[in-house]
Amino acid sequence: MSAPTSRGAQTPGLPAAAAPGLLMAHAAPDAVAGSPAGLPIAPKPVPRRFQQARWDEPIIFELSVPGARGILPPATEPAISAVVGNPAAALPAGIRRERPAALPELSQVHVVRHYDRLSQETLGVDLNVDVGQGTCTMKYSPKVNDQMVRNPRIADLHPLQDPATVQGVLEIMWRLERMLAEISGMDRMTLQPGAGSAAIWTNVSMIRAYHAARGQAATRDEVITTIFSHPSNAACAKVAGYRVITLYPDANGYPDLGALRAAVSQRTAALLVTNPEDTGIFNPRIEEYVRIVHQVGGLACYDQANANGILGITRAGDAGFDLCHFNLHKTFSTPHACGGPGAGACGVKAELARFLPRPTVERAGDRYTLDDERPDSVGKMRPWYGVAPNLVRAYAWIMSLGAEGLREVAETAVLNNNYLMAKVLEIRGVSAPYAAGRRRIEQVRYSWEQLARETGVHTDEIGQRVVDFGTHYWTSHHPFVVPEPMTLEPTESFSRADLDEHAAILALVSDEAYTDPEHVKSAPHASTIHRIDHAPLDDPAAWAITWRAYRRKHLGGS
Amino acid sequence: MHDGQPRIHPYIPNSVPDVRDAMLQAIGAATVDDLYAEIPASLRLGRPLDLPEPLESEAELVRHVEGLLNRNTSTRETLSFLGAGCYPHHVPAVCDEINGRAEFLTAYAGDPYEDHGRFQALFEYASMMGELLEMEVVNVPVYDGFQAAGTALRMAGRITGRPRVLIPASMSRDKRSRIVDYVTPDLAVDEVAVDRATSLLDLDALRASLGANVAAILVENPTFLGAVESQVLEIVRLGHAAGSLVIGNVDPSTLGVLAPPATWGAEIACGDIQPLGMHQQFGGGHGGFIATHDDPRFVAEYPSRLFGIAPTMVAGEYGFGDVAYERTSFAVREEGKEWVGTAAALWGITAGVYLALMGPQGMRELGETMMARTRYAMTRLAEVPGVRVPFAGQHHVKEFVVDLTATGRTVGAVSAALRERGIFFGADLSREQPWLGQSALVCVTEIHTLADIDRLAESLAEVLA
Repeated sequence: MSAPTSRGAQTPGLPAAAAPGLLMAHAAPDAVAGSPAGLPIAPKPVPRRFQQARWDEPIIFELSVPGARGILPPATEPAISAVVGNPAAALPAGIRRERPAALPELSQVHVVRHYDRLSQETLGVDLNVDVGQGTCTMKYSPKVNDQMVRNPRIADLHPLQDPATVQGVLEIMWRLERMLAEISGMDRMTLQPGAGSAAIWTNVSMIRAYHAARGQAATRDEVITTIFSHPSNAACAKVAGYRVITLYPDANGYPDLGALRAAVSQRTAALLVTNPEDTGIFNPRIEEYVRIVHQVGGLACYDQANANGILGITRAGDAGFDLCHFNLHKTFSTPHACGGPGAGACGVKAELARFLPRPTVERAGDRYTLDDERPDSVGKMRPWYGVAPNLVRAYAWIMSLGAEGLREVAETAVLNNNYLMAKVLEIRGVSAPYAAGRRRIEQVRYSWEQLARETGVHTDEIGQRVVDFGTHYWTSHHPFVVPEPMTLEPTESFSRADLDEHAAILALVSDEAYTDPEHVKSAPHASTIHRIDHAPLDDPAAWAITWRAYRRKHLGGS
Repeated sequence: MHDGQPRIHPYIPNSVPDVRDAMLQAIGAATVDDLYAEIPASLRLGRPLDLPEPLESEAELVRHVEGLLNRNTSTRETLSFLGAGCYPHHVPAVCDEINGRAEFLTAYAGDPYEDHGRFQALFEYASMMGELLEMEVVNVPVYDGFQAAGTALRMAGRITGRPRVLIPASMSRDKRSRIVDYVTPDLAVDEVAVDRATSLLDLDALRASLGANVAAILVENPTFLGAVESQVLEIVRLGHAAGSLVIGNVDPSTLGVLAPPATWGAEIACGDIQPLGMHQQFGGGHGGFIATHDDPRFVAEYPSRLFGIAPTMVAGEYGFGDVAYERTSFAVREEGKEWVGTAAALWGITAGVYLALMGPQGMRELGETMMARTRYAMTRLAEVPGVRVPFAGQHHVKEFVVDLTATGRTVGAVSAALRERGIFFGADLSREQPWLGQSALVCVTEIHTLADIDRLAESLAEVLA
């Protein structure tokens, strides 16, 4: 472990001194300490001076005080003990726990303080201009919806209650299904999948059931996807037993149509494709791709993780797709929750409805029921019926916007994206590969290839420097078909000023890369921690996935 | 909408017309529609979506959604004995406080710098689960316990290279459905019969099922029917003798009193974390864990993210990152182990908070209280004329079977009558496990008091009288 560099140890709170003229709007503050600057207080610099919370918080086990208690469970009443004694003591050896679990022992305030500190060391979308997590559709999750799902009449419902006692939530699910069917142009939906990849799996499972029902389970053993579709499309198909064929982009960035024609055959079970793909480029000939797959008897399945820019503009069903899915934690605003719980919704055309997971929600007159008697169903995709609180949130979000509002969401996301693209492409060293001069839909996969060639600074290093300004960005899924990638998706939730700020940060870091590359390479400087040595994470002798393993391997403990 | 005023939606900052116009001008577009030039007319919807009129004010929205929710009856307004995989435990206020914090609630997939707190909280979750399970490797949560079981079985299949797995016949139909869907086509799933006198695994049937092609036996403990599977040591011995792995599928809320799978000799533990601080949420509070020893052969087979400790440039500073990332579908698409994506991370953080609050003593007390109250409920219900508690000879922690067959009444009818008395009776097993006749699975946890249990017994007696 090396000591911090001198730059790494510089005064927190200030970005590195930038070249003159780079701080856009206002002059840089030139004093950190010393004499007061006086009144009037100088205008704020752009980008902002940021210092992330740095609590230097120990691992929770290091805070343990033997005997401390965080909460007391109810004690058994003496009247119960008088009847039954202590049944736990009667458990036989080998079945009974012999050693107490070596959990930490903390008083309640210390648990709260620890986790509040960790939360401050986490940069949610509520805190930052979160346009950098492209493909993730980071948007504002309305507080009112979070508040409503704390209502015990959703939070404390049991899924096996008699349907008569859960009519409200069943009605919400039924209405949400109808609304998503209208938005996607499909006939029926399931709201059961836990998130996007589970929705992809659900669709693959229905594809498998469809071909099996036609006696072609054994012969249709190939699935075609594209490299700019989420990796779970390829991975789910493989796990479900399919050979995976991946189409790469042509010169315009579209999935290679010739390669698709060459790939399809009587072995084709389905095409799994995103549109716009993760490049933000919409494939205008998508109907032709669908037709080619249909001509050989395959199904066309649309991963609509990237739907935010096309709500009310174009629909999966109208392009001929047989199946599709939405991520409700992306397009439909439910919070991303550090990586779930999210929610997925799969849509199918009528001829596939019999394969939907069970149960479905049905309406009979003014009553809502769960139909679990579906013999052709692929069965259960998760316990019960879906991530119910997120279904309520998504329903409320759509109801707050309506048709006009959803279209405004889409249009604003696209406007924001094309505006940001114009700003970003002014920055030295960055480009937007494919389809030069064309509009993008809701995101862009950029490339820092030129900057990397000219400065030796790579995209992951730029991303780690951006952190010093209170935001972050994501590169791309692997493999990096676009070299030195950066994927930005400025959803409808960001203002023009937000986008200007993000572009200004990227411009500043680009300039640093050309003038002081080492400062970028040694970032972050103003984040919670400093540059990590990742080598132990791939070394079985050193990695420690729990504190228990860390104690054994590195502290000489047991 | 107020007539004549442009519609400015509070969730869409750039819906202010002047701003939009300026932005369009900045990028040389006349209208927003120009930005959709790549979408051909033939694919355009060409009409407004047919959706309900929006409720644009927050006040109207709340009135509408609450109006719908008010048609539900929550388990807090009644006395509920429903469990069967979704459990009524006390949720400490601190759990709701931490998982409601905007930083955690609205973060996603950032790097281990600006999201250091997320990585540390999930590392600590895994670490506390590791102590509960006495295992050194625990994943970032998958969707739920069903998924965890399915993946644990697939891991066992890859590790052993064998094509068949065994599950208990008492497993819930829904879970069996999920497992079969998920492991097809690589693994065949066979059920092992249970002994109808005890509800535990029939060891003769297990011996007959084991063979050189069995990758794993999945043991539920407690079983779906609530009994402690007290034969686990023998099951593990039989499985290992046949070269099979053993997967202990456990309820973490019972592990203050029950031995964790590692101590039986099981190689893999899995289960659902909903009991550790998640509200029932109509089934929306699930998360799945998978745990193993720190054996690289096992670590290599996890599809999930695994977070590990790493040093930084500064002495005394903890960093975190992905362990053995090249296993995952994020790294190598279909060449990875199964697949990984957004699942249930916030519930993992919450379960960590729960375990930190409870500590070793809290988990033990929780188990002891549940066992005492459950046994008391078994005793009281067995006193009701015509009611049998068929597996009373077994140890139980938080659920047990009540057989109403001899009363001549169906579970459905009895449940309806109890519902009128403000009680949600146990889950109906009559379709689920037909061999049990008219039986229900009654769940009793630390939230059920002496008075609650007495009220159930008295109400049941009244209903059956």
